Amino acid sequence: MRYAMAIDTKKCVGCSDCVVACQTENDVPIGYCRDWVVEVMDGTYPQLEIELRSERCNHCENSPCVRCCPTGASHYSEGGIVLVTKNECIGCSACITSCPYDARFVHPEGYVDKCTFCLHRVKKGMQPACVAVCPTKCMYFGDLDDPNSEVSKVLKKRKHKTLIPEAGTKPHLYFLI
Amino acid sequence: MKSRRQFLKISSLSAAGLIFGGGLLETFADNLLKKNQSYFKGPYDFVRTPTYCEVCFWKCAGWVHKDENGKIKKIIGNDDDPNCNGRFCPRGTGGVGMYFDKDRLQTPLIRTDERGTQSFREATWDEAFDYIAAKMNKIKEEHGPECTALFTHGSGGKYFGNLLKGFGSNNIAAPSYAQCRGPREVAFLATFGQGIDSPENTDIRDTKCLVLIGSHLGENMHNGQVQEMSDAIDKGATIITVDPRFSTVAGKSKHWLPIKPSTDIALLLSWIHVIINEDLFDKKYVEKYTFGFDQLKDHVQAFTPEWAYGITTIKPQQIRETAREMANAAPAVIVHPGRHVTWYGDDTQRLRAVAILNALLGSWGRRGGFYSAEKASVPHYHLPDFPTPNKNWRDAMGGKYKLADLALASGVCEATIPSPEMSCSIKGWIVNGTNLINTLPDQKKTIDAIQALDLLVVVDTMPMEITGYADVVLPECTYLERYDSLRISQGRVPSIALRMPAVDPLYNTKPAFWMARELAKKLDLLQYFPFETIEEEIDWELKQVGSSLEEMQRIGVKVLDREVDDLYFGEDEEIEFNTNTGKIELYSTALEEEGFDPMPVFTKHPEPDSGFYRLIYGRAPMHTFSRTANNPNLTDLMDENTVWVNPKVAKEWDLKNDQYVYLENQDGIISDFKIKVRVTERIRWDSVYMVHGFGHADKRMTRAFGKGVSDTQMITNVMIDPIMGGTGMRGNFVTFRFDNKNTEV
Repeated sequence: MRYAMAIDTKKCVGCSDCVVACQTENDVPIGYCRDWVVEVMDGTYPQLEIELRSERCNHCENSPCVRCCPTGASHYSEGGIVLVTKNECIGCSACITSCPYDARFVHPEGYVDKCTFCLHRVKKGMQPACVAVCPTKCMYFGDLDDPNSEVSKVLKKRKHKTLIPEAGTKPHLYFLI
Repeated sequence: MKSRRQFLKISSLSAAGLIFGGGLLETFADNLLKKNQSYFKGPYDFVRTPTYCEVCFWKCAGWVHKDENGKIKKIIGNDDDPNCNGRFCPRGTGGVGMYFDKDRLQTPLIRTDERGTQSFREATWDEAFDYIAAKMNKIKEEHGPECTALFTHGSGGKYFGNLLKGFGSNNIAAPSYAQCRGPREVAFLATFGQGIDSPENTDIRDTKCLVLIGSHLGENMHNGQVQEMSDAIDKGATIITVDPRFSTVAGKSKHWLPIKPSTDIALLLSWIHVIINEDLFDKKYVEKYTFGFDQLKDHVQAFTPEWAYGITTIKPQQIRETAREMANAAPAVIVHPGRHVTWYGDDTQRLRAVAILNALLGSWGRRGGFYSAEKASVPHYHLPDFPTPNKNWRDAMGGKYKLADLALASGVCEATIPSPEMSCSIKGWIVNGTNLINTLPDQKKTIDAIQALDLLVVVDTMPMEITGYADVVLPECTYLERYDSLRISQGRVPSIALRMPAVDPLYNTKPAFWMARELAKKLDLLQYFPFETIEEEIDWELKQVGSSLEEMQRIGVKVLDREVDDLYFGEDEEIEFNTNTGKIELYSTALEEEGFDPMPVFTKHPEPDSGFYRLIYGRAPMHTFSRTANNPNLTDLMDENTVWVNPKVAKEWDLKNDQYVYLENQDGIISDFKIKVRVTERIRWDSVYMVHGFGHADKRMTRAFGKGVSDTQMITNVMIDPIMGGTGMRGNFVTFRFDNKNTEV
């Protein structure tokens, strides 16, 4: 099982609902976030293009953060989801430095925090909070090993990319373009 | 249109009135009062409680979830709600912040010093009500009860409305009309005999071509429309966006037409020209349903794309191409009427052009165009007749704006400023849930009106600027802590939704129903409040439609059946439209009767002087007006606005990204606060853009105070729509300043 997410940049309107839904679902303190929206503009007036991306931890198959964690707090969990065990984390921030996606932060309580793909919801058969709330339904989540999962189907159908592929991390966050 | 359904609705309403009117009223109310109130479950009996959102007017229904300690944790959409389909927008999701905001109003306040200063003493509810009742009675004795008014934007409005009507005034206004969507309602009424209403009856889900004129879906998070636009994108719909700014949705459009601001009517007339002259209109539809085609055809002959090019800066080829694109998709095409449409004072005529274009394309009443929306008919309990007021705000208007179908907030404001023409100006205001200082254009005029009042009561949850002018401030609890009237929304299917408290109110705050009823006691108007609690009233209403409060507490939303299956026009259906001619009026006889142009014409509007730029304002998806500017969850996403500046302009002024500047408008008004510059190709060089709702001046709003510039402060030139009194706000020009000191001597 390999959990992954695909985000349709053609439908995302950059409203940040994913950010606030994640904050309330996961008790992320105000001032911090596990996901965020990036807007990239290209061209000159009047030939312009915008790409909107809801970004988060890429839950890489080859995660530099897991490799560099001195205590084993950063680890692979079910379906390849990368997690941090709070009470094993010493807050050294090596993982933060190693992450090419800047997906991690130090929680005010001293441990490193990040997106969990809402594993607690996924275990109950629910979608991650960001996917469930998105008004444009631009996010797809599921198991890459299941050819009938939403995410497998949409990746088969649509052109897509990952971020910073040259880092060799094998990300599980895809962007439909 | 006059539909069969509407007649049915009227008859079902009057039947309810007959059964429960008269003598039965007292017996029924008595029985209710005797009933043990614990019959209704309280918030603590539920893991999740139903609500409908109060952060914007879309009113999505959802569930409030609490943690194991009974503390509010999150709000999630209700899957059965046609307004949101189980998905809340960022503002609805962040609605929890309204409850947790420590800057909330906490207890009733009575003014101790002059208006505009923060000089209040804390008061008990009883003291506050005594104070208000004494002042209202004094106004009644000296000037008559008609000299009072209510401004409202929010769910508690109904009860303050009944209070005011019982008192003897019908000056009840919402800024959502003359400051927002009024022109489109009047224009569509004049054309199709029916307005658009809310949520809009646009069939975006099934459209093949969506035309947006200054409407920035996505940035304005009108939830259902954004969801449907996303579905339409999935199905390959074409989007055409007309906007001087490259909006988010322009980025999703096949065609972006960066129009010169204030010239939209020229573009619309030229589209009509192409569609008629290239024979692209729906002939059968036009022949069967419309009036005035020949006059329209003659009228638009001069409005060629070449003519429009010189005015709009949109190339003739692009005008032709987009017109053909619309016709190819017809009738599954929507030339969207927009929502905030009070721009240049000729807005009703612009929206008439939009309506005419839709009529030519045959999209009204067709799948993928505009469907016929239906609203649930929930009977209201029959109240005793209200006294008939001797006069109202219209008397101060000298017969103007007869076509306005709702009261104008700006008109009521105007009727408050004493003038020699008026026998009596308005002396008392109740303002419920609307920050008039930032809502009505021309702040000076609003403040002048307020200074002429004998009484200003403000009901709000937050210390908005308007509270700083109040004589009495009544702190309302948030929507998560109260019941409110049922939400009765129009849509493809009629639906009703319940709001109930998830928790007890924090601080010394109370719901509007309770406040209005307590005031009614003091004013001897209790006959207009036959139910002791709002729960009893809601339960009574629900039982008339086969539900109950008990059921709604469990399900939150109830979708009812349509009374008649007429979502779209039938094949060759005979339809009588609710206009003078019974047809869709391309040529408006109603406008002609009132002395206005029966067909839209283009008028040139003033342009900015050198060094000045047209101020365009809009929305950000995570905020609603100024209402959310202090919400901790939403300010975390965006805590100030920026001014968008084209790189050419930035170069001229040597402006850099993230640099702070002040703005000064054409009338020499300098912004109180500074605003961050955003240099971007996404805006024309003759305009600047900012998000509305920032630049708050009340220090009690700790997160919002002094953050960004208030566009309302910069809007001192207001162009009034002569047809319906709408306040056009896009004729203001600003320049940059590097300090806010007034150098004039």
